[in-house]
Amino acid sequence: MAGEEKVYPVVPATPGSEPYWEGAKAGKLMLSHCKPCNTSFYYPRGACPSCLSTDVEWREAKGTGTIYTYSVMRPAKPVYVIAYVTLDEGVSMMTNIVDCDPASVKIGQKVKAVFKPREDGSKIVCFAPA
Amino acid sequence: MSTKGKAYIVGAYEHPTRKAPDKSLAQLHAEVAKGAIDDAGLSKDDIDGYFCAAGDTPGLGGNSFADYMGLRLKHIDTTDTGGSSYLLHVGHAAQAIAAGKCNIALVTLAGRPRSEGVQTGTNPRMGNPSQPDLQFEFPYGPATANMYAMCAMRHMHQYGTTSEQLAWVKVAASHHAQYNPHAMLPKVVTVEEVVNSPMVADPLHRLDCCVISDGGGALIITKPEIAKSLKRPLVKVIGTGEAVKHQMGGRDLDLTFSAGRWSGKRAFEEAGVKHKDIKYASIYDSFTITVVMQLEDLGFCEVGQGGKFVSDGNLISGVGKLPFNTDGGGLCNNHPGNRGGMTKVIEAVRQLRGEAHPKVQVKNCDIALAHGTGGSLGTRHVGATVIMERE
Repeated sequence: MAGEEKVYPVVPATPGSEPYWEGAKAGKLMLSHCKPCNTSFYYPRGACPSCLSTDVEWREAKGTGTIYTYSVMRPAKPVYVIAYVTLDEGVSMMTNIVDCDPASVKIGQKVKAVFKPREDGSKIVCFAPA
Repeated sequence: MSTKGKAYIVGAYEHPTRKAPDKSLAQLHAEVAKGAIDDAGLSKDDIDGYFCAAGDTPGLGGNSFADYMGLRLKHIDTTDTGGSSYLLHVGHAAQAIAAGKCNIALVTLAGRPRSEGVQTGTNPRMGNPSQPDLQFEFPYGPATANMYAMCAMRHMHQYGTTSEQLAWVKVAASHHAQYNPHAMLPKVVTVEEVVNSPMVADPLHRLDCCVISDGGGALIITKPEIAKSLKRPLVKVIGTGEAVKHQMGGRDLDLTFSAGRWSGKRAFEEAGVKHKDIKYASIYDSFTITVVMQLEDLGFCEVGQGGKFVSDGNLISGVGKLPFNTDGGGLCNNHPGNRGGMTKVIEAVRQLRGEAHPKVQVKNCDIALAHGTGGSLGTRHVGATVIMERE
């Protein structure tokens, strides 16, 4: 278990992405969902990358998924695990794997969403072993 | 319209510097431009087209740099796709020349990240908040090294690729670099030395990563009539291809292949040549895994077999079946401006001219390929392929 936790920087939200960050603050992982395609996507945006429809709404993800790939960043202080997690909804996202020994992380491992503080007191989604 | 045979590379120059604390970025651009113009046997006022990437030419891309060098231009293109930009520029210059928009094109690259102390591979770099992915990715610490490392980790998981196989890419590059007096890392290394070097981002070790260097390079590209009037060997552009790869909103995540799968196909189709015809290949080697993936994507071996293909010296000139990066590449020679596309074209031109170091010169090198990736294999990138023939 890493003793020191990574401090999450705040990148200003762009117009339209506020519900994602408000959701994170409330412990919810929000996905964009294209109504005509009836599929979700990530990162969130106001135009569906499949059909360019702007008829896009927010949907809460279950917050569970599987590690697609990862890497341990050794020179960083503290060391952190970056990963792509494929959510049960079928959408993959970049994230960090936290609350575990980096040496124990494996591709295919089941993980669940946890919310970590950002520098300004808001939150960001990460994943921990399920 | 195909541009096959409509343009020739008649000038190529690589700056010998690897650390330039006393030179400005613009000065490096001017010095490589002069080097390539002299190499072609032309003069500055012959240039009527200029190609550069906005990322290493601050001041609205080419505006400030055309001014610094006093270029009078009919055509300008500042397409920036990262390290592959200069490979794209060869194709774009061929298109512009074929369309009659310019006659003699200059392409420049320069950068000085080493003098500026940029921790290129390990330090996540904050971008413009309007970059649409930034707020959702930057907080997690995506650095260049861990993005490529995630590709390597998945490739190993899916295909059984090993660290020892990746190490062979570095070993081959070091065998070539020993003959390059300008190479930053001219010492020959072994597989053991690579896999025992410190881990940077699992599974990539320090010696799986390219160098950080200052420097630059330039090319002169022109139409057939002018090329044939010059005294340089004729290097004809016979095929070019470009392609973009991203993740379609997280629905198409597959980090085991690159855009080279598509750019390479386009270039081979235009050139009308087969893989067995390629005598030499310059393959962008930001990391060892980059080479393994791109060789698969370009079709030099089956998908998933790249690790096996690069093993046992198969990329070493005079030893293996596909000599690659005979200047030592980004892994051992240089990586000017953190952008490897330019030096890939330059070494391919040297090979086709018979001007590579005699110890690494490929015999009867009549057809060569240069390929690279710009951006990040771990997120989104643009691949570009150029196939050239000695006439």
